[in-house]
Amino acid sequence: MKATRYLLVLAVAAVAAPASGGVLPEDRADVLYHRYDGGGVTIDGPSLLVRKKFAEKYSVSANYYVDMVSSASIDVVTTASPYKEERTQGSLAFDMLNDKTQYSVSVTNSDENDYTANSASFDLSQDLFGDLTTLSIGFSRGWDEVRKRGDANFNEPVDRRSYRLGLSQILTPTLMMGFAFETVTDEGFLNNPYRSVRYLDPDSPAGYAYQPEVYPRTRTSNAASLSARYFLPYRAAVHGEYRYFTDTWGIDASTLQIGYTHPLGKQWILEAGYRWYNQSAADFYSDLFDRPDAQNFMGRDKELSTFTSHMLSAGATYELPSFGWKFLRRSTVNLFYDRIRYEYDDFRDVTAGGAPGTEQLYGFDADVLRLFVSGWF
Amino acid sequence: MRPANLLPALLLATSLAAGATAPAPEPAPDFSLPSRDGGDVRLSDLRGQVVMINFWATWCGPCRQEMPLLEQIQAKYEPLGFTLLGVNVEPDSAPATTWLEKVPVSFPILFDTQNAVAERFGVQGMPSSVFVDREGRVRHVHRGYKPGDEAQYADMIRSLVKE
Amino acid sequence: MRARVTAILLLLAGATGCSGVEPWVKPYERQNFADPIMSADRDPVSSAYLNHVFEAREGARGALGSHGGGCGCN
Repeated sequence: MKATRYLLVLAVAAVAAPASGGVLPEDRADVLYHRYDGGGVTIDGPSLLVRKKFAEKYSVSANYYVDMVSSASIDVVTTASPYKEERTQGSLAFDMLNDKTQYSVSVTNSDENDYTANSASFDLSQDLFGDLTTLSIGFSRGWDEVRKRGDANFNEPVDRRSYRLGLSQILTPTLMMGFAFETVTDEGFLNNPYRSVRYLDPDSPAGYAYQPEVYPRTRTSNAASLSARYFLPYRAAVHGEYRYFTDTWGIDASTLQIGYTHPLGKQWILEAGYRWYNQSAADFYSDLFDRPDAQNFMGRDKELSTFTSHMLSAGATYELPSFGWKFLRRSTVNLFYDRIRYEYDDFRDVTAGGAPGTEQLYGFDADVLRLFVSGWF
Repeated sequence: MRPANLLPALLLATSLAAGATAPAPEPAPDFSLPSRDGGDVRLSDLRGQVVMINFWATWCGPCRQEMPLLEQIQAKYEPLGFTLLGVNVEPDSAPATTWLEKVPVSFPILFDTQNAVAERFGVQGMPSSVFVDREGRVRHVHRGYKPGDEAQYADMIRSLVKE
Repeated sequence: MRARVTAILLLLAGATGCSGVEPWVKPYERQNFADPIMSADRDPVSSAYLNHVFEAREGARGALGSHGGGCGCN
């Protein structure tokens, strides 16, 4: 779980590159409180973002983010003990607008007691064909260091590279569509040093035993997405996105999202959405191997299993009245809530009891909260 | 990045090298639009004055940014036989009227709700400023607005006012 | 991979010289795209966090984010 979590570092860099459209994003500051509660895991913390333009040509932004983790997840309770941990992440981005082209460079560092991730990104965005088309390309490079609590000698690198291409097209005065493609390659110690796989063992009291997981040392993935955004006649917007993902580990995944945005009067913007995600398991994944060292590569991370998730979202943005401060143009307070249901098709809940391989399939609900205040200067 | 920026420069260089002269100024398309103060304003009625037609909208950040500077230009050059015309291109004029209460301007604000005038002038960017000389001919079109462009506007107006 | 990136860069370079296509949505018709409700990413600090929630728990990654739209000014 940890190893893949650090793709956040690449993802943040990519998403941090602002949209083109001839102008740089406005000066703003955001203070966010985030909270995830699900499957025995609680993670919360702040995220602060500041962005400032200079001469309408340059823009700098900085983000400070903390995850405070309290984990008693199913993996943790079955093979270890609940733990608390803190992860801190900082990133800095610099954008330059030159007529119809926008260049962005960003760096990110993420640190916790047993994992460090660094990444750098470059993105280029170009407006074409009367500014109806925006073509963008980007490249990121990541350097991670995997360590292990209790083993001072354990220090393994991970090398990550990501290449992305995007095309955004305004089709009518009310419809725009987008296409994105991204390929990511990882090389190094890609699994979690604490996680184990289980195998049938008649000699063990439970009928199964654990051994450390073994992952391939490389992974290449490709993802392509299609999205559309439509302006409804009565001032509201609807959007949809589909993404297909496939990788060299045998995982195939589909994501479908739809959302509706509805302004109410001059001060409220309401949003609702649904997201469906489905993936097929990695080739080397199994909930229960029939013997120790059954394969060259073995994994039991539920993130690599066959599962489906459904998410319902609701959010509201409220535009605060002017405080009369000259430097604050406008400000909003925002609350977003998401409820996610995860249902695993080949990951079993060993805490539920039963003969090995017949325990009930695992599933859990998670609550995600985003509460933030934004100010524009 | 490099090749993209070179291309327009190359085209300009070759056209200059070929000894191409600037084409003769075209007369500005005439139009009549309702104004904020009631009544209509017709471009041909302003012949004899230098006119700067600024196409703008409240949803366009750079348009809002340049408005106070346009007011300064109007105040400075009006005595010399110059007027600005602010042509709002929004289908609904209410946002413009509301916004102008906060950022008042003294030059006429016209409403091109059907976008017929914007189309006739071939507006290619927001904002766009069209400079019309005393004989009603289009002498220059300035596309977009970046801080500092107001100096270019002033230069253009000064040269046209002297004619 | 490098060849692909170079090809895309060349496409970009060539495309910027291509101005033969007349925009069918005029610059003054773009008010809907300037509306914040049509923005693909109104609050980046919030969307970045939600993307992290997904990536941490799912096998899939990438092809997120959208550039483009907006008022198209300047």
